[in-house]
Amino acid sequence: MDGIEHRLRGLLRGEKRMIAQIISAVENDCAQGLLQNIFPYTGRAYHVGITGPPGAGKSTLVNAVAKQFLQQGKKIGIIAVDPSSPFSGGALLGDRVRMTDLAAHRDVFIRSMASRGSLGGLARTTKDAALVLDAAGMDYVLIETIGVGQVELDIAGVCDTTVVVLVPESGDSIQAMKAGLLEIADILVVNKSDRDGSERLVMELKFAMEMREREPDWEYPILMTTATEEKGIGQLVIALQAHIDHLSMTGKLEEQRKAKLLHHVHELVEQKIRSHLEENVMHEHDLRTLVDRIYRRRLDPYRVAERIARKIVKGSR
Amino acid sequence: MERKIRVLVGKPGLDGHDRGAKVVAAALRDAGMEVIYTGLHQTCESIVDAAIQEDVQVVGLSILSGAHMTILPRILKLLKTRKAGDMIVIGGGIIPADDAKKLEKMGVRRLFGPGTPTVEIVDWIRANAGKVGKSGKVGKSGKVPRHQTVKKKKATAVARWRKKK
Repeated sequence: MDGIEHRLRGLLRGEKRMIAQIISAVENDCAQGLLQNIFPYTGRAYHVGITGPPGAGKSTLVNAVAKQFLQQGKKIGIIAVDPSSPFSGGALLGDRVRMTDLAAHRDVFIRSMASRGSLGGLARTTKDAALVLDAAGMDYVLIETIGVGQVELDIAGVCDTTVVVLVPESGDSIQAMKAGLLEIADILVVNKSDRDGSERLVMELKFAMEMREREPDWEYPILMTTATEEKGIGQLVIALQAHIDHLSMTGKLEEQRKAKLLHHVHELVEQKIRSHLEENVMHEHDLRTLVDRIYRRRLDPYRVAERIARKIVKGSR
Repeated sequence: MERKIRVLVGKPGLDGHDRGAKVVAAALRDAGMEVIYTGLHQTCESIVDAAIQEDVQVVGLSILSGAHMTILPRILKLLKTRKAGDMIVIGGGIIPADDAKKLEKMGVRRLFGPGTPTVEIVDWIRANAGKVGKSGKVGKSGKVPRHQTVKKKKATAVARWRKKK
């Protein structure tokens, strides 16, 4: 009686309860065996990331974009990440409030995720959750980050296309020239464009993007939207599709996805080593006592790290 | 890592008073739970759909419109037909004692009236939601979830460390 087989079949049939339970297992780190079995069925969905500062209208934009995709008869998976409290570990996941248009639609699956201590704008397991939705037969997986500042850029390592959403209040040309958020954008959106200053921001973004080292053959679109009224969403959907075409025609899709898989493997290895360290080599508490001695300058961090690394290598051979 | 308690806080039906629901949602968040808030004016169908997709252990519904005898049984029924009858349904709002009795017989596990301290709700959920842990079982061919073994180790490490002192 193998639970994995049963779960996998439910997932591939697109049973919502099964998808949801598998994502929970992924979130709680008890799904490695399952993920191994799911992986061969992934790679078909197109992953779109939506990121931007808090209150920029990411959820509302996701809602509007998903509606258009639904009209085209596509299946949509949505993962919306909100922050966990570093104090209580709790989270208030409120992205669904902006997505009530999609509620109970047959071809939509929305999952809210708490960031659970990750600092890059996503939860550590968001990538795997997206794979679960991919295997469940979604055409598009839309991933919405927490409200980000300048350096929470994990999303770019997870998605094929990254949309950065800004609002007229997002800042001036100097902000636009800074490293970070804008560098990961494939498409830029100025949302709430009915407000003052949106045209000026578009100009400044254009200026900033022109100075960037650019990807050849891709004209970075800078679009104006008003997501609450669904204005400009059509253009955004066209831009998304244009970017997909661009990626697949230039062969960049494969190249990009390979780079991301490499990164994924690295991450997993790091996690494995970390838990191996914690469980078999040296426990956090023992490490603390060592830190005591480091603090009193009887030991130094470099030598301690070297010794621990040696222990790990020995233990695994 | 323990299995997080996930709770959906929903406002089904037509009343637009969500202060109470928000207070409860904030209290549960501060108690370390992951709270999915659905917003106002939700249909029973969309709430059940959200509860399933979010894989919550607890569905908490705030109803101040007087429609509780329609809404709550409907949600219970929908959950059952969607094979999610194991989710715990609780409620809050203005619900007369007679109705409350009937609802609890139907399968609403608990109703919290006005003036309930939020601590009481938190404690009740902690006591009742932790037991399900269905996803805790999913692992590599039914082994003990890793967090349990880790915890044990931690306990002994602490003991060792204390002895040393």
